[in-house]
Amino acid sequence: MTESLAPTPSMRKVFDKPELLLNTEHSLCPGCGEPIALRLMLELIHELGLRERTICVAGIGCYTAFPMIMDIDVLQALHGRAPSVATGVKRVRPDAFVFTMQGDGDMVSEGLQEVLHSAARGERITAIVLNNGVFGETGGHATATTVIGQHTKTTPGGRSREQHGNPIKISELIAQLDGSAYVARAAVHTPASIKLTRQYLHDAFQCQLEGRGLSFVEILTMCPTDWFVAPDQGPAWLEENLKQAYPLGVIKSV
Amino acid sequence: MRATVTIDIELCKGCALCVPVCPPRVLIMSEPVNRKGYRYPLLLEGCTGCELCAKVCPDYCFAVYREPLPARDHA
Amino acid sequence: MSRRVLMEGSCAMAEGAIQAGCRFYAGYPITPSTEILEYMATRLPQVGGVCMNAESEIEAIGMVWGAAGCGVRAMTASTGQGISLMQESFAELANAQIPIVAVNMCRGQGDYFQATRGGGHGDYRFIVLAPSSAQEAVDLIQQAFHLADKWRNPVMVMGDFLLAHTSELVEFHTPDEPPLPPKTWATTGAKDRPSLTLSPLGPAEKLSTNLAASLAAVTQKHPAIKAAEVRVDTGWTDDADLVVVAFGFPGRFAKYAVRLAREQGLRVGYIRPISLWPFPAEAVAAAAERAKALAVFELNAGQMIEDVQLAALGRVPIHAIGGISHDHSGFGVGPALTVDNVLARIRDLCPRAAA
Repeated sequence: MTESLAPTPSMRKVFDKPELLLNTEHSLCPGCGEPIALRLMLELIHELGLRERTICVAGIGCYTAFPMIMDIDVLQALHGRAPSVATGVKRVRPDAFVFTMQGDGDMVSEGLQEVLHSAARGERITAIVLNNGVFGETGGHATATTVIGQHTKTTPGGRSREQHGNPIKISELIAQLDGSAYVARAAVHTPASIKLTRQYLHDAFQCQLEGRGLSFVEILTMCPTDWFVAPDQGPAWLEENLKQAYPLGVIKSV
Repeated sequence: MRATVTIDIELCKGCALCVPVCPPRVLIMSEPVNRKGYRYPLLLEGCTGCELCAKVCPDYCFAVYREPLPARDHA
Repeated sequence: MSRRVLMEGSCAMAEGAIQAGCRFYAGYPITPSTEILEYMATRLPQVGGVCMNAESEIEAIGMVWGAAGCGVRAMTASTGQGISLMQESFAELANAQIPIVAVNMCRGQGDYFQATRGGGHGDYRFIVLAPSSAQEAVDLIQQAFHLADKWRNPVMVMGDFLLAHTSELVEFHTPDEPPLPPKTWATTGAKDRPSLTLSPLGPAEKLSTNLAASLAAVTQKHPAIKAAEVRVDTGWTDDADLVVVAFGFPGRFAKYAVRLAREQGLRVGYIRPISLWPFPAEAVAAAAERAKALAVFELNAGQMIEDVQLAALGRVPIHAIGGISHDHSGFGVGPALTVDNVLARIRDLCPRAAA
């Protein structure tokens, strides 16, 4: 950048890293969608003035690298177990703002039972799943949300119904349970979908603040590493594959 | 110049997601690499301060600056 | 103020826990622990606490993790199979240094290894306490909450079917606890302080990844716990030729049999470990110095006997006089658990007896 393009004294800074981000360096891959989702969560927590009340319950995945750079209290749970831990937190501290941050492998494979029961019970937490259709942290293995045809290290020819069964639409499942009050699916692969994600997260947080029941946001994120595409092809792959299997939108709001 | 961005090139991992989302197309990837070995975005003239590059960046490289709007800007 | 009531062991333990400040319980029905869940479901809301009938044991311990992680005294109860399900969480709760109390109402005594070796992965230990009466169970569960907070380590209380379902007179009082440090490690919302992480995977400080140090802190406590928290009941060991070692409710049977043996002129003594971890190795070693033999009465295929052997270090022969013993229910109250049987096994080992 040349000298002449530097900010002038009269310019205002209109966009910066989130207030609640303690460090901009993280170890996630080039083109990963999860840090984009993290930015939105932290911006909203700051805007809504929730930092001092928030307890994030984190699952295990690539995003487990985030708690140490998030300026909020984080209770680290085991793989799949964040919903029950979040239940314990919210039941003893009903005034806390409690959300889970989990991947699709964590929530929909290992922890399917936990999130379903928490939704049925209507726990007043917000469950957030970062869905990239793959176990990222272990190096690219199929999860319950891997889409038909998707190549992973455990579906080497592409996921097939006969051999590997069918992916699970977790948002639609959660919406069927009476305790869920707000269920939405968004993505972070385009500026428009990022804006949608921010809106849905905001509405989900609002749902918890109003005590209406379990709020749930599924965020489709890019994982070019385990999709075997170049980082700049992640958004296209998401649009053509993940989003076709998992349509965006508000699925339930009561 | 009505707007500009600053880019922390050492944070960049060369994903290039910012390049196609820039409406005036003022971001291009460099030839040299940063300390991590990645190419990073270079800013050309014509930035509108739309913030899209900052919003899609997974590595928090961008800060965006804009001239205040004339007359109507009360902030 | 104290009051004496006739109560089933399970209910007495639950009430004792509440009087020690337990305000969160999550559990899953499983015999013979279920009465604790039932009691908590009615009683905890009366004191402003929360009782959850979780949909699985794994979720139960998860909920306990959440409540305890926020600084609330929290517990669960189950039996061997359910405790098996909870092991991953137990191991990681220990790594995160989150205090919890877990009750194992055992079927028989076959869960000794599971409890004392740490039934999960990794280098952790639970403090394990084994009551032999309803009153002792009340006292020990109250100590359990204190020890858990004091050492930031999970504590297990081992009961069994008889303890759970026998009604005895118990006296309650709010325990007089020595002061404990505030729970500054708990995730309560970052109000008026820096934010923190509470994790089995690393330190509390943000921006730090020193996993080695945080794991080292878990096991560095063990020597201090061993030095401070041994609990044991012994009797007639000074001149005993044979010392019977037994724990839990069966320990009470063994103690009674030893008393009868003494009345019959046999020089027998007993050691009843109350803390199974840390094991009262010194008491057993001392008995091994003086006696001619040790006898271990436990209702399993031989578990505590290994700790007895380790403590005795080959000084004296050690005989197993227990064994797996079940009735048709499988809950561990089998034909071997009678005073007559224990006394007969003692007499087998002491052929010379006064008339």
